[in-house]
Amino acid sequence: MSANLVNMLMEATWQTLYMVAVSTLLGAIGGLPIGVFLACSQKGELLSSPTVNKVLGVVVNATRSVPFIILVVAIIPFTRIVAGTSIGTTAAIVPLTIAAVPFIARLVENSIREVDSGLIEAARSMGATPMQIIRKVLIPEALPGITLGLTLAVVSLLGYSAMVGAVGGEGLGDLGIRYGYQRFMPEVMGLVVLILIVLVQLVQTIGEWIARRVDKRAPSNRGA
Amino acid sequence: MQTDTTTGAAITFDAVGKAFPKKGGGSVMALEDISLSVEPGTITGIIGRSGAGKSTLLRMVNGLEKPTSGAVTVAGRDVGAAGAADLREIRREVGMIFQHFNLLSSRTVRENVALPLEISGTPAREIAPRVDDLVERVGLQDFRNRYPAELSGGQKQRVGIARALATQPKVLLSDEATSALDPETTQTVLELLGDINRDLGLTILLITHEMAVVRDIASHVAVIEDGHIVEDGSTYDVFTAPQHPTTQSFLSSVTGVTLPHFIARQLRDTRPEGNAREVMRITFAGENATDPLIAEMSRDLGLQVNILAGAVEEIGPRPFGNLLISVDADGAEQARAFLERNQQRTEVLGYVG
Ligand SMILES: Nc1ncnc2c1ncn2[C@@H]1O[C@H](COP(=O)(O)OP(=O)(O)OP(=O)(O)O)[C@@H](O)[C@H]1O
Ligand SMILES: [Mg+2]
Repeated sequence: MSANLVNMLMEATWQTLYMVAVSTLLGAIGGLPIGVFLACSQKGELLSSPTVNKVLGVVVNATRSVPFIILVVAIIPFTRIVAGTSIGTTAAIVPLTIAAVPFIARLVENSIREVDSGLIEAARSMGATPMQIIRKVLIPEALPGITLGLTLAVVSLLGYSAMVGAVGGEGLGDLGIRYGYQRFMPEVMGLVVLILIVLVQLVQTIGEWIARRVDKRAPSNRGA
Repeated sequence: MQTDTTTGAAITFDAVGKAFPKKGGGSVMALEDISLSVEPGTITGIIGRSGAGKSTLLRMVNGLEKPTSGAVTVAGRDVGAAGAADLREIRREVGMIFQHFNLLSSRTVRENVALPLEISGTPAREIAPRVDDLVERVGLQDFRNRYPAELSGGQKQRVGIARALATQPKVLLSDEATSALDPETTQTVLELLGDINRDLGLTILLITHEMAVVRDIASHVAVIEDGHIVEDGSTYDVFTAPQHPTTQSFLSSVTGVTLPHFIARQLRDTRPEGNAREVMRITFAGENATDPLIAEMSRDLGLQVNILAGAVEEIGPRPFGNLLISVDADGAEQARAFLERNQQRTEVLGYVG
């Protein structure tokens, strides 16, 4: 294997990690509050505002139903405004983040809905405000589920990041297509796939480990 | 303690009604015309069947439900009319424990007990010693850094009790707090509640569907059925002289005094021709509960008394007994007169040939 190839692979891995890490972070920053709001704003709930809930739900669903490759192309003008350019690795973070936000929001919503309503009742009986209930009860109790959800999001974003070559984003997927497919270098394609497999395994293992650490629900799952 | 200026009660229900909107229009009356006054420092039991409205009644005390008519007051403050901020303040003075404990699985025992203090904005340095005190009071000092998943049901309820006491409330609400526990654990949890009531002068309002819980701990009881209070008073009075059929049926399960089968089968409502015996229930209560009245009656009236079933119980420090006997039907009226002269209640159950 030539030193040149090793360098290319390392560079591409780094670019992939960079895109996925930043878009996961931004996706979580956006998705967490939206997910919490979706979980708590139906009629009669903590932050009861049914209309906003419905509108937001529709927006989230709409974003999630656009195929990622179409999303990338469709929002090019928006990407140009946000990133200053519409091509390149940094620009690719924009569509990745926009895909991540509604995805993470739904995962967070589901985890929060699974929290026993008795706990909300107990917190209300202590005189907690809705914000206190969210911060001190719902998020900590949903944390194992949220952790697993974020793991799933990272794995999905690893996959999405392979498509950003379409707008000049680099990374493992782009390398695999350009060399492995267009220049007939099957060994590059093979290595790219191998690295992706290892990355996914790693993310999954670390995510599950963290989720176990924060999950105190069963004695066997004790973190200590 | 700030009490209701007009009645001095810790909690009052004044003609309270609660209607829930029904799916597809209309409404269900969960409670109707409830009037009840809970004196400070007492333990009052609310007993009723499933769906009778017990939880709804209790949840109105800390404003988890609002009455649709009438008013509920705690320490003189109208709960239903309280705004959000007032309501939070009232809730800090009213602790609550639950059938399924409702502990945060992500927090240790100490952290769970600390939660209401964090919510009320108590400074961190005051929280730690207060929490340690409470954990010790409920006897869990050796478990203070465990998670709820590592505790037994009884231990979890102790955490629930410590947590409910954290903000030093005047009133404690208990919704079937022992229903998920075995009989022995139930006893220890009830004892703990009794101790707290005595030591802290806490007013306790508890819901149960078991008369045994009422007998063991409550000084007052209200029986609720279909959203109405059908009977209420001191536990002793209600146990010794139940008026309503629902109360009587709840009591039969706890006093456990029933006719042997072979007699129950022969029992008739009217006196048959010829030789017959009258079957009666005697409820011993008050001063004479422990006197040897049956022996006296048998001797003085020359009556042969056949004892069919019986038991003596205690309600608080006071004994009361239930006895099923049969006597010759010809002497039965005399016998009942004798017993009633001695302040015992009798009830004719029927006749056997
Ligand atoms: N949020 C609600 N919406 C509609 N109906 C309700 C609601 N809460 C209670 N009810 C109804 O009010 C009645 C009383 O319910 P409640 O929960 O107070 O009964 P309970 O005596 O506590 O019963 P249990 O022993 O089963 O807990 C029931 O008919 C119930 O279906
Ligand atoms: Mg109930």
